[in-house]
Amino acid sequence: MKRIYLDYAATTPTHPDVAAAMQPYYSDIFGNPSSIHSFGREARAAVEDGREKVAKLIGAAPQEVVFTSGGTEADNFAVKGVAFANQSKGNHMIISAIEHHAVSAPCDFLKKLGFEVTVLPVDGSGLVDPADVKKAITPKTILISVMHANNEIGTIEPIEEIGRISKEAGVYFHTDAVQTFGAVPIDVNKMNVDLLSASAHKLYGPKGVGCLYIRKGTKMVPFMHGGGQEKNRRGSTENVPGIVGFGKAAELAIDEMSVRAQHLVPLRDKLINGLKMIDDAVLNGHPEKRLPNNVNFCFKYVEGESMLLNLDMEGIAASTGSACSSATLEPSHVLLAIGRPHEIAHGSVRFTLGRLTTEEDIDHVLDVFPGIVEKLRKMSPLYKRR
Amino acid sequence: MPSYSEKVMDHFRNPRNVGEMESPDGIGHVGNPVCGDIMELYIKVKDNVITDVKFKTFGCGAAIATSSMITELVKGKTIEEALKVSNRAVVEALDGLPPVKLHCSVLAEDALKSAIDDYLKKSTGKGLPGFKPHDDHPPA
Repeated sequence: MKRIYLDYAATTPTHPDVAAAMQPYYSDIFGNPSSIHSFGREARAAVEDGREKVAKLIGAAPQEVVFTSGGTEADNFAVKGVAFANQSKGNHMIISAIEHHAVSAPCDFLKKLGFEVTVLPVDGSGLVDPADVKKAITPKTILISVMHANNEIGTIEPIEEIGRISKEAGVYFHTDAVQTFGAVPIDVNKMNVDLLSASAHKLYGPKGVGCLYIRKGTKMVPFMHGGGQEKNRRGSTENVPGIVGFGKAAELAIDEMSVRAQHLVPLRDKLINGLKMIDDAVLNGHPEKRLPNNVNFCFKYVEGESMLLNLDMEGIAASTGSACSSATLEPSHVLLAIGRPHEIAHGSVRFTLGRLTTEEDIDHVLDVFPGIVEKLRKMSPLYKRR
Repeated sequence: MPSYSEKVMDHFRNPRNVGEMESPDGIGHVGNPVCGDIMELYIKVKDNVITDVKFKTFGCGAAIATSSMITELVKGKTIEEALKVSNRAVVEALDGLPPVKLHCSVLAEDALKSAIDDYLKKSTGKGLPGFKPHDDHPPA
């Protein structure tokens, strides 16, 4: 059976050119970038080359890019790094209700230490209202964090406007750009972003490497105290092969961004329009302000995991916001935030497309998926009672 | 997503006794939409024996598989025998469940007891002594 991977928002296959670029940096060019000998200098040059490429993708200066172990670390670094370094100014932070847990969980942690966090609501399509951001700012506000695009429902937030408001108020602005980095154009200056998180494996790079863009002059405490790497902001020997791969992935993204979007958007729209034909299907996320590769629906009267298992039996990989397996049994906080009732939130399926997705893949999903929903609805006690 | 045993996947793929029943003698209804699992179980009883049983479930793979399994375990049994089928027996018959899914087996046991409770109320005027469905959320 041909397998169809439609979970690119979870992770992407490493691009062959990326893997090829990384290969020499395991055994041949293996030096420690901090060493002054020739082995170290070669590795240092590779790290700085990677930094330049990553910086270029977002219009940043190379010295403003700090490599991390991934998106979660970058988010943690941004939130905690600003919080701990700016306590003399205040203890208040503003985030949206649909942030990734990598942002919201550090905020919960900081709350226990006495910080205050305002969580902004979103509208039914997942958009944050910049006016709400403005209203929430107090003299004690030290950080605003709103993600560039949501990982579940794909809604792209008005980052430029929120950035402008943050700048006017003199408050640091962080955006989690894990889903947009390399997928849609980003310019940290135009968007007035002070901090921006990214992860290489979402853009056909390797796992285990990401970065935090930190605007020059931003007051931060280091994320890791240690050997002074990354200009004292993140101790630890650099992940040289990972950084080389990240750089190559960023370079490819710059070259191919518009081609990739031109490939993805029609396939995304075909899938959306096809799935819309199923009775009681509700599209999650904004119809236009949306990631080029994201499709997310709730199918009433059925549960997400059972849809995923049926898809998996057909060789199709997708994901769900149902949390039947989580300890709390709570469905996705994102779907609840956009106003989906619990029983409908449990019935969500996310398909995320990528550069290897074909029209045949989409056709196959559209062939089999209506039958899956129908089969499960026949079993559902909620369906007969509608 | 947790990994399920072959038995669980078999019952998920081909659930036994799924559907509704015309004029059942007892109906069990447990769970709620908030936690994402709802089970309905219908029984037909003749001479104190469960002669037929059907279910409908809204829920994850484990919820569907435990519903299916419990119907198999109680079909043809007397009410007293059926009441001895515990959630643990359902889990064992399925070759185990991931720990986070154990609450589904509790729900299946409750669905059965709820159906028997309903049957007893209808036939004797008194329900199942001491029957109280579990909380929908797993024990802390």
